[in-house]
Amino acid sequence: MLYENAIKVVYIDLASGKIEIKRRTDLNGFLGGVGVASKLLEETMRPELPPLASEQPMILGIGAISGIYPLITKTVAMFISPLTGEMGESYAGGRLALALSMAGYDAVVIHGKAPRPSYIAIDGGNIEIKDARTIWGMDSDVVGQFLRDHEEGSGKRSILRIGPAGEKLVKFASVCVDTYRHFGRLGLGAVMGSKQIKAIIVRGDKTTKIKDVKDYFRVYQTIFKAVTETDLMAKYHDLGTSINVEPINALGALPTKNLTANSFNGAEQISGEAFAENNLVRKMACTGCPVGCIHIGQFRRKFDDGYEYEAVSVGYDYELIYSLGSLLGINKTDKILHLIEAVEKTGMDAISTGVALAWATESLMKGFVTEAETLLPLAFGDSETYFQAIMYLANRENTFYHVLGEGTRFAGATIGGKDFALQVAGNEIPGYHTGYSNLVGLTVGARHSHLCNAGYAVDQSIKTFDENKAVDTLFHEEVERCLLNSLVICLFARKVYNRETVLRALNAAGYTLTDDELTAIAKRIYATKLRIKEKLEFDPRQVELPKRFFETASIHGTLDSSVAERMIKQYVEKCSILLTETI
Amino acid sequence: MKVLKAIGMNRCIGCLSCMITCATVNQSDHSILKSAISIKTTGGLSGKFVAIVCQACKDDVPCAEVCPSGALIKRPGGGVSLVKEKCVGCERCVTACTVDAIHFDYVSLLPIVCKHCGVCTRFCPHKCLQLTEGA
Repeated sequence: MLYENAIKVVYIDLASGKIEIKRRTDLNGFLGGVGVASKLLEETMRPELPPLASEQPMILGIGAISGIYPLITKTVAMFISPLTGEMGESYAGGRLALALSMAGYDAVVIHGKAPRPSYIAIDGGNIEIKDARTIWGMDSDVVGQFLRDHEEGSGKRSILRIGPAGEKLVKFASVCVDTYRHFGRLGLGAVMGSKQIKAIIVRGDKTTKIKDVKDYFRVYQTIFKAVTETDLMAKYHDLGTSINVEPINALGALPTKNLTANSFNGAEQISGEAFAENNLVRKMACTGCPVGCIHIGQFRRKFDDGYEYEAVSVGYDYELIYSLGSLLGINKTDKILHLIEAVEKTGMDAISTGVALAWATESLMKGFVTEAETLLPLAFGDSETYFQAIMYLANRENTFYHVLGEGTRFAGATIGGKDFALQVAGNEIPGYHTGYSNLVGLTVGARHSHLCNAGYAVDQSIKTFDENKAVDTLFHEEVERCLLNSLVICLFARKVYNRETVLRALNAAGYTLTDDELTAIAKRIYATKLRIKEKLEFDPRQVELPKRFFETASIHGTLDSSVAERMIKQYVEKCSILLTETI
Repeated sequence: MKVLKAIGMNRCIGCLSCMITCATVNQSDHSILKSAISIKTTGGLSGKFVAIVCQACKDDVPCAEVCPSGALIKRPGGGVSLVKEKCVGCERCVTACTVDAIHFDYVSLLPIVCKHCGVCTRFCPHKCLQLTEGA
């Protein structure tokens, strides 16, 4: 914790109800966030047991200076992913980081399984495991409404909850944080569901005297100015991430109709501009972020004869427009918002859901499955059918939807059609078919996300492709992001939080660290993650990449699998060297 | 003297930069609990944000009226100034304020009262908060 020179970890055993708080000075070398959470995962995970075994931990972590500087607003969750079977790592914004910081905890380790549906209420003085039988089965948004009224602490709390999909252990179920943010990827919702935890409420009720107000506030103001008065962050506030739809489409990197194409002729109708003009009603921010990238879109829906309408508001972003838009051939903003509403209510990851449905659609077209199994005439562009399919998926309606709910890799391997199952190492792909750096980046990336090492950005920034250079860049970025994620900075602010700014921010809050020490911390964290992945028997060289990636052209032309394989091998060698280093 | 007004709360994004900087500058504290302005949601995050803050009462000033020790003094332009040395910690001002703009700090045993210093307005990215001349 701030000014305490120790990492404060709370351990919650759901089976016995036992709570233990430890002040761990031995974790200081991991700084916080993903560093501390990785170490805690390594200590508490049970590699020999399945991901959803009750013994497996679920860990939440914040950083050393969370909540006190602009855009240091995220919380990391670590777990064993039920989707990939290996290391799970996911990030969410909202108010959670500030609430945890004000409750006085750096990390929360939850293990065991509650004997009945429960929710956890955490504050600085008390941690309670409470009865959730009445709210079990509820949609994610409704649970939030009830808990807001039932629990105290309005304005200084954060509420995490799962929807029905998490309860039913859909392997890519998400956790909703404060209505508009999520631990979306890799199935944390199923982990909570397996522990019979419907929700977690964190209340911040502590104060912390600032040691050096002058110095701290000077740094705060410099960062505040950089994020609000320069153009470093402007695109995130203005159109938001959806600004990317048209440029990515123009580059020929927008996965369309299950990546049978790399551009979408309806892209203009679902661009950031189109959403802004048709639907944008409001922008919001995570607590402590003056940028406000959360874009809320509204649409109205007729639900009965006459003038009977209801209004629906949901958040939208680039990845959702890709996965529930172009990938499914949907070219209307209202229809995409409609599908976002469905994943919100049921509590599933939007990317994985879109990819699963795109795969199901092609499988139906190709005869791998029949309409008797899909129960619906799934077809690209038909949003009403997809809406219903999302409900079936969350409800695990029949054998087919049950299999699909195990993830696209599993469905492809079980039913057939794995060549066009758009996943890498079990994780459904994000919306950038840019080239080798993206594909290799997803394969070697610790959590198989485009945010591990930003391969998609490497592909877009280089003119001529050099595989050695690309591997070096990916490795360097992956290590550097371990540092940013140990502080759990919003990665949109990565250009603001360069090394110099990070050091100044830390120093002004009482952490005397040097640049070399930050490098050592980053490497130490990455090495820990690599060890975890090794223990979970993950080897990127064994990842079978679906053929579709090598059939549909990327920005850098049609990709050759042997080049990707070579790059992955080379990357693994770099990892082996890191693991032999004494850090 | 100028007073703080929350004039454009429809535009609020809920970043709470106002609370963070108020607590920093006025209370030397990292916690938003120490802020004199409070941003709350009505009906959860899908509802609108409201700013709970001193309304800068001018002639009739309930919090100053109920103060038994003369610790809250009417401020030119509106609102009150707290004279810490005179405060006895009775919390009557807290209940007297109809909009709940005063809350009690059980660490310092003093009420947290808006000074209308305007630091929050400088860090409001959408200019929802502004310092204006008192009516």
